[in-house]
Amino acid sequence: MDPVINHQPPSPATAETAIECRELTKKFGDFIAVDRISFRVQRCEIFGFLGANGAGKTTAMRMLCGLSYPSSGHATVAGFDVYRQQEKIKQHIGYMSQKFSLYDDLTPLENIKFFGGVYGVAEKEIRERSHDLVRSLGLDREANKLVGGLPLGWKQKLAFAVALFHRPRIVFLDEPTGGVDPVTRRQFWDMIYEAAEKGVTIFVTTHYMDESEYCNRVTIMVDGKIEALDTPANLKHRFACDNMDEVFYRLARTARRSDS
Amino acid sequence: MKRNNVYTHPDAVSADTPIIADRISKSYNKGTVPALSDVSLEVKKGELFGLIGPDGAGKTTLFRILTTLLLADSGQARVSGYDVVQNFKQIRRTVGYMPGKFSLYQDLTVQENLTFFATLFGTSVAAHYELIKDIYEQIKPFSDRRAGKLSGGMKQKLALCCALIHKPEVLFLDEPTTGVDVVSRREFWEMLQQLKQQGITILVSTPYMEEAVRCDRIALIQNGRILQVDTPARIAGAFPVKLYAAKAASIYGLLKDLRAWNQVESCYAFGEWLHVTLRQDTGNGTALIREYAETRAHKQVIIQCIAPTIEDRFIQLATSNALPNGSGH
Repeated sequence: MDPVINHQPPSPATAETAIECRELTKKFGDFIAVDRISFRVQRCEIFGFLGANGAGKTTAMRMLCGLSYPSSGHATVAGFDVYRQQEKIKQHIGYMSQKFSLYDDLTPLENIKFFGGVYGVAEKEIRERSHDLVRSLGLDREANKLVGGLPLGWKQKLAFAVALFHRPRIVFLDEPTGGVDPVTRRQFWDMIYEAAEKGVTIFVTTHYMDESEYCNRVTIMVDGKIEALDTPANLKHRFACDNMDEVFYRLARTARRSDS
Repeated sequence: MKRNNVYTHPDAVSADTPIIADRISKSYNKGTVPALSDVSLEVKKGELFGLIGPDGAGKTTLFRILTTLLLADSGQARVSGYDVVQNFKQIRRTVGYMPGKFSLYQDLTVQENLTFFATLFGTSVAAHYELIKDIYEQIKPFSDRRAGKLSGGMKQKLALCCALIHKPEVLFLDEPTTGVDVVSRREFWEMLQQLKQQGITILVSTPYMEEAVRCDRIALIQNGRILQVDTPARIAGAFPVKLYAAKAASIYGLLKDLRAWNQVESCYAFGEWLHVTLRQDTGNGTALIREYAETRAHKQVIIQCIAPTIEDRFIQLATSNALPNGSGH
């Protein structure tokens, strides 16, 4: 099947580029985990990065976060080169995942202080902003309790806020809402919209197909390649599907790979 | 307790109700962390029953109590007619349990895991091969691979085979599809339909609301309480008020405006739409919402009255203070 890729960014005239990949590739021996992917993410865009298990999403994300070197191809993140400026990339992005995001044995305030410190936020600024942050999340009463005891939804909202604390230009979210209840999941997306409105670019993966509809544009990776890249509305139109679940199924059911 | 009491046969009442939970409560950390509060449900023979709720709702605690791995603080439960406390050994022989966390031996191969579990249950892989045939054939090409080296989808299939190897009467599947992609999830539910046709009673939990429609009946669970038990259609149908779907060119702008409007009771994003309920609905909601959106200068406004989904009902039950009894208002 020919990939369905619309390289037209949403508003090319005004937007700046947050992430750009050209033919980005990662091989492990003979295995091509990521196979010449190309796309451009605009500043403030909410960019959904979908794919079947094992399609190469995590490998691609690791390259974009400056955690692994590509085998070939080009990419810049926040204007920095993924080969030569990995440390610069790390300073200018935020990252959170479902699996690891905060230290369970630290309190919310300690987590903020720790991650703020790691990212080089001035101590004075951490002191000033951390209490406001905890209050805005409605965590005042839990500010000095261990994070491990918080409900999952609260942890994830806190983790997102912590990922944004050093004011990164781009935030990478790897399945941020897995297992979170329906109400909190939506509150989480309210936070995503708010961050995007304030100028943060959002790069997000999810297994909830309804959430892919909240993205400005969505890519669907199959077997290391990008098979589709467009707005959810255009993708549904093109595949004559009622929802993204159906679009995803159409594209991914022929996948030969699965994760390991 | 007398020994013969331990070996009681299942009573007649339980014969068509292999899973009975009666007012089960459980808390952790000396009562400070409530996990289940007064949970009751019955699963009929041959039913595919879904326990639907987010992480932390109490799903795993209930599974562990029903599979005799954890004692409830209060309440009673019977599985295949046996009491979960008195007759735990019989239950362990007659049920299959696939925990949420991958629980096979990572250092054993696919074949070795299967043989190991068959031996534990005093049977052989060949004895009930018909039951697992369709599933096992999909992983057979990898039978010499260590379980730890399998993909997520294949691990899930192997775990299901191991849970079925002794031909259980009742199958407990704790979040088998969590974190798995849409394609594998669909395949998994198709496998469950086939097992159901072989007469196996299945209790399956999931955090994905859209999977609920694949079950005969479901229980919605949150914070250790059952919100409602019924067929998926009746649960969605019990939504107490009219539900509207709205969209406009700026969906986030519309969301903020609708939430700020005092006529709106609730407004949540659902895919490309917003789902909206009104405080006082006099039947002209579609026109009212459109009018409001247009006074706020929204473009390409579309408003429809729609049939609620299970997720709509879940949100409505989870956010309303009234104790739900299934009938709504």
